[in-house]
Amino acid sequence: MEAVLSLLIGLLVAVSVYLMLARNFLRFLFGLILLSNAANLVIFTAGRLTEGAPALLRYGEDAPATEIANALPQALVLTAIVIGFGLFAFALVLALQAYRQIGTLDTDQMRLAEPRQPGAEADK
Amino acid sequence: MTSWFLAAPLVIPFVTAVAAFLLRNSETGRWVSVAGSAAMLVASLLLMAEVLDKGVLAGQMGNWPAPFGITLVADTLSAVMVVITAITSLAVVIYGMGEVPVRLERLGYHALYNAMIAGVTGAFLTGDIFNLYVWFEVMLISSFGLLVLGGTKEQLDAGVKYVALNLVSTLAFLAGIGMLYGMTGSLNMAELALTVPQVENQALVTVVAMLFMVGFGVKAAVFPLFFWLPAAYHTPRFSVSAVFAGLLTKVGVYALMRVFTLIFVGDVSFTHEILLWVAAATMVTGVLGAAAQTDFRKILSFHIISQIGYMVLGLALYTTTGLVGGVFYLVHHIIVKANLFLIAGIAQKAAGGNELSRIGGLYKAAPFLGLLFLIPAFSLAGFPPLSGFWAKFVVVKATLELGHWFVAFLALAVGLLTIFSMTKIWAAAFWKPHPDGIEPSLSRVDRGELVPMMIPVVGLAVLTMIIGLHPEPFVQIAETAADQLLDPTAYITAVLGEEAAP
Repeated sequence: MEAVLSLLIGLLVAVSVYLMLARNFLRFLFGLILLSNAANLVIFTAGRLTEGAPALLRYGEDAPATEIANALPQALVLTAIVIGFGLFAFALVLALQAYRQIGTLDTDQMRLAEPRQPGAEADK
Repeated sequence: MTSWFLAAPLVIPFVTAVAAFLLRNSETGRWVSVAGSAAMLVASLLLMAEVLDKGVLAGQMGNWPAPFGITLVADTLSAVMVVITAITSLAVVIYGMGEVPVRLERLGYHALYNAMIAGVTGAFLTGDIFNLYVWFEVMLISSFGLLVLGGTKEQLDAGVKYVALNLVSTLAFLAGIGMLYGMTGSLNMAELALTVPQVENQALVTVVAMLFMVGFGVKAAVFPLFFWLPAAYHTPRFSVSAVFAGLLTKVGVYALMRVFTLIFVGDVSFTHEILLWVAAATMVTGVLGAAAQTDFRKILSFHIISQIGYMVLGLALYTTTGLVGGVFYLVHHIIVKANLFLIAGIAQKAAGGNELSRIGGLYKAAPFLGLLFLIPAFSLAGFPPLSGFWAKFVVVKATLELGHWFVAFLALAVGLLTIFSMTKIWAAAFWKPHPDGIEPSLSRVDRGELVPMMIPVVGLAVLTMIIGLHPEPFVQIAETAADQLLDPTAYITAVLGEEAAP
């Protein structure tokens, strides 16, 4: 199971790097969310996989009768998903607003904060 | 009781943020923000006094014993950073009364501001690595809001780059946490200090250390990872740039200092050697970048990068003197850099711009402002007897002690180039006559705006002078901080109890 998940993480990272290298900011953001999912899976896999085991005790039990899953990585992933969701929502709104104001999401054209120096055009 | 000392500087800005948000449509909101910052300063000074008196403090939140619950820890470095955060926060919030327009206050400027301060403070105080990630996010999301508040085209463009690169760095940090947990089964930093050396596969530990170095390196704006900073810091309001310039990158430096003295010290000859050359490259590229700029705030932004190099250099040397220099530099830099950005704001109001070719004549119009600029500018360049001189002196001394002649030479040469940039600003903004032939004057600025803008500038300049003329107590505090960083026994026993000592 670890091997499958590791391969999946690798695939996600590869796809996200491909997307993040694009000039379009929206593609970059899609790459980012894939990368964030890959990071979440890293936590989940590194925290040991226990197939089919519950993370909670039965009502009235003091100690687990069977194998039990570690709840901590799950809690970490949950926190990271929530935070990632908030940040991604902000980034999407930012992209929308930037598109409305600047008129493009091509990062090569987005040079308002750092305008090209005169003379730098020549080496383009 | 200890827990309250630790929690107060965190709770106060959060309460202030909520209150300021509810009162955002009235004048009171602004004053609530000022009162909150002042209260936080008192709380942080109490914490500092307690730490200096009793040594490292640790409090278990919710009474869950470490390493299972979330621990707040204040050693001397954390306490110093919290105090300096509170000072900067108070200075900038007072400045904001004159500079931040009512329109932005209604959009929730003070709420975002205080939430960001809470995030910064939390990052300094937490003793749990995942909790550090959460505080980073609190700080980041509020800083995103502050950066684009107002929504001009430049701000949105800057926001895109700032958000994108910071999110990538956060993910590197997060993946690092996951792998660290997988190897050690712990998230508590004190326990990690004990368990990481026992990990069989030390090579993997170094790989994870690199993930942390990249993650924090982006936040700290070190050499190959700094591109978001000069793209963003010159676009928002001056209050926002000042508090960003003062505090945000320093959280990255603090995090580097924490994990590379407490957790990842197994392969110092590899990790700290990288840090050494990163620091050298950061100093040089930052100052050269500044030399190419012609905008007041852009020059200052590049100087943040160059100065970060000195702090990382202090850490990379990994000796007492080096860390003393690093810590001293951190404190000095926050005060001086925030002050320079605040002065840039006043200069803009008086002369009508920030582009050096379009302004001038400020010295004639406002000689006092000229003096106020010279104090932090010379301090930044490292002139005695200002705070920057001692900071540079200790760092360079530590570099020479280890025989890194070339790096020491670079550090001194960068100091010289810093003077070049500062004199460029001085000559263009203060000395040369205004290109449009108009006389800039402070009397053009509304009194109600000017007074709150001047008070923090004067206050921070006085603080720079005090540190410069009377460095003894500050160096002593930095020495205590450095000793605690190099020998984390006190940190570990404070968190886990006496029996856990290595």
